[in-house]
Amino acid sequence: MITLTSTLFFYFYRPSEMHRNKRQNTNEIMKFLVCISKAPDTTTKISFTDNSTKFNNDKVQFIINPYDEWYALVRAIELKEKLGGTVTVLNVGAADNEAIIRKALAIGADDAVRIDAEPDDALFVASQIAQHVKSETYDIVLCGKETIDYNGSEVGGMIAGFLDWTFVSLATSLELNGNTATLNREIAGGHEVIELTTPFVLSAAKGMAEARIPNMRGIMAARTKPIKVISPVSAEKFSSIVSYELPKEKSGVKLISPEHPDELVNLLQNEAKVI
Amino acid sequence: MSVLVFVESTNGSFKKSAFEAVSYGARIAAQIGTEAHAVALENIPDDMLKSLGEYGASKVCSIKNDSLKNFDANVFASVINDIAAKLSATIVIFSMSYSGKAIAPVLAAKMNAGMVPGAIDLPKWEGSEMKVNKNVFSGKAIATYALHSEKKIICLTPNTVAAEKTENKSSVESIDVTVPVSKITVKEVVKAGGKISLTDADIVVSAGRGMKGPENWGMIEEMANILGAATACSRPVADIHWRPHEEHVGQTGLTVRPNLYIAIGISGAIQHLAGVNGSKVIVVINKDPEAPFFKAADYGIVGDAFEVVPKLNEAFKKFKSAV
Ligand SMILES: Cc1cc2nc3c(=O)[nH]c(=O)nc-3n(C[C@H](O)[C@H](O)[C@H](O)COP(=O)(O)OP(=O)(O)OC[C@H]3O[C@@H](n4cnc5c(N)ncnc54)[C@H](O)[C@@H]3O)c2cc1C
Ligand SMILES: Nc1ncnc2c1ncn2[C@@H]1O[C@H](COP(=O)(O)O)[C@@H](O)[C@H]1O
Repeated sequence: MITLTSTLFFYFYRPSEMHRNKRQNTNEIMKFLVCISKAPDTTTKISFTDNSTKFNNDKVQFIINPYDEWYALVRAIELKEKLGGTVTVLNVGAADNEAIIRKALAIGADDAVRIDAEPDDALFVASQIAQHVKSETYDIVLCGKETIDYNGSEVGGMIAGFLDWTFVSLATSLELNGNTATLNREIAGGHEVIELTTPFVLSAAKGMAEARIPNMRGIMAARTKPIKVISPVSAEKFSSIVSYELPKEKSGVKLISPEHPDELVNLLQNEAKVI
Repeated sequence: MSVLVFVESTNGSFKKSAFEAVSYGARIAAQIGTEAHAVALENIPDDMLKSLGEYGASKVCSIKNDSLKNFDANVFASVINDIAAKLSATIVIFSMSYSGKAIAPVLAAKMNAGMVPGAIDLPKWEGSEMKVNKNVFSGKAIATYALHSEKKIICLTPNTVAAEKTENKSSVESIDVTVPVSKITVKEVVKAGGKISLTDADIVVSAGRGMKGPENWGMIEEMANILGAATACSRPVADIHWRPHEEHVGQTGLTVRPNLYIAIGISGAIQHLAGVNGSKVIVVINKDPEAPFFKAADYGIVGDAFEVVPKLNEAFKKFKSAV
């Protein structure tokens, strides 16, 4: 899936000092960018085709990655409703991703951007998003904590790395006061409350908001909201998936009588050797 | 050319995942005929740093700078980037943990490195191209990732590749780097009070809606205490506030891969399994013999948790007092 043009060119991104200066002395409204990715529904039975080199998306129901929708998108919309501002959703993907983009618009995003490229390498996806962020004046870029298909947790941090914006990972709450943000985030063995000023990138985890179901008005309004399609910039793709396999099946459960829990203790000690 | 391992530490000591990462880095270094170095970004005493040599690190250093007390992925990435440059490291290893997940991608963008977020075994090489396996679809499949960039970052999934001891030939060195000023102000740190952290635990005792109410968690906590385990729960249990949401495991919660996962009164929905099916051994206690969790289990007891768990706790206690 790696195209020739994308591997031939090479881009280095520089922090956008200009952007920051542009925003500093203004009293503009907050501009939120929510990055949404497409993921197979959580109940999908996973299978592969082409000699186990491709994910089989036949009959698969695709959804907005739950972290992006339930937490990042809903929180951005809540803050916009409270404080004013705009919420743009962005997806790097092919034209058939417009179904999930429309859903995000129905939930309440104002407009959308689709970067027309295969999102098969995280650094490539992040460089596309970073390049777009530089051409606009976003204040906060919100990502999900990870996609539920490839479980990378990488795109948000990479965007921040390219832009030289602060990256707040695993944020569980976000409050704004002017351009000062207060966030809760998960850290090893606990959580902490932090403060910083915009612009920054965050990855959203459970707790940031509650999922919203789009209503009829939202669904109707979404039909006429704009989706801007832009072409990718050239950037290298460094990683690829060469094959898949399914994990080994368990050999079957060994049942122990509820009357003899000591038998279980014995098996855990002597057979499984885990206690 | 060298391999650099970021070793995670909390309050001045290393976690098991840190030794796994060092050992992993050293074995990769051996594969490609170079050395592995380790760096900690906390003030660690020299003898502790030296002990990383037992897992194959050559040079070991720690950066003693107060600006690193607060976690800031950008600052950490910048420091590691400088150290990697000084040690000519082309491969950087992290643990796929809270801090690793935050720092590694920022560094990948800065270094222009390809990244594998969650390797589960040692890589194989074809020239400079590296292939390594990673869990995908929340553990429902394994994918082989190929990296063809010159610089590479690998985050190692904890508890997948065991640390191996070797002869300690390490030297503790000091290294000079500039630490940029963090743009984050930490207002408050809330530690989850001395409890065993869920993602590091070797044993996890987890319970679901079958426990009927939060008042019945005493026996679950007792089991965890006896076994030195962490406690976890299913999503609805966290959603209805029977348990704190930090305990929620599954597709939309934490992923855990302990040696032993004991699931009590949990049905075993696919979204729950997604977060726990990497566990080495799974024990299921459920009164419904048709509960889907039994299909993913190694050992099972069909029975009422309110009868089975107290008895099992007694048996565990007896075992613990005997060893
Ligand atoms: C998009 C999405 C994401 C999700 N993500 C997650 C996730 O990350 N984690 C998660 O856990 N769930 C998740 N879920 C929910 C999941 O589908 C299940 O609903 C949930 O895991 C069920 O929790 P449970 O097993 O505790 O409860 P139940 O399904 O109600 O099961 C209770 C079990 O307890 C047993 N039981 C009852 N009484 C007793 C007794 N006295 N003794 C012994 N056993 C007893 C019952 O037989 C039953 O099997 C998600 C769902 C969706 C749609
Ligand atoms: N193709 C994409 N388009 C837009 N955003 C994306 C895309 N892929 C990932 N993201 C964002 O980055 C987050 C982390 O993704 P990942 O690093 O793939 O786990 C997701 O939750 C999204 O917010």
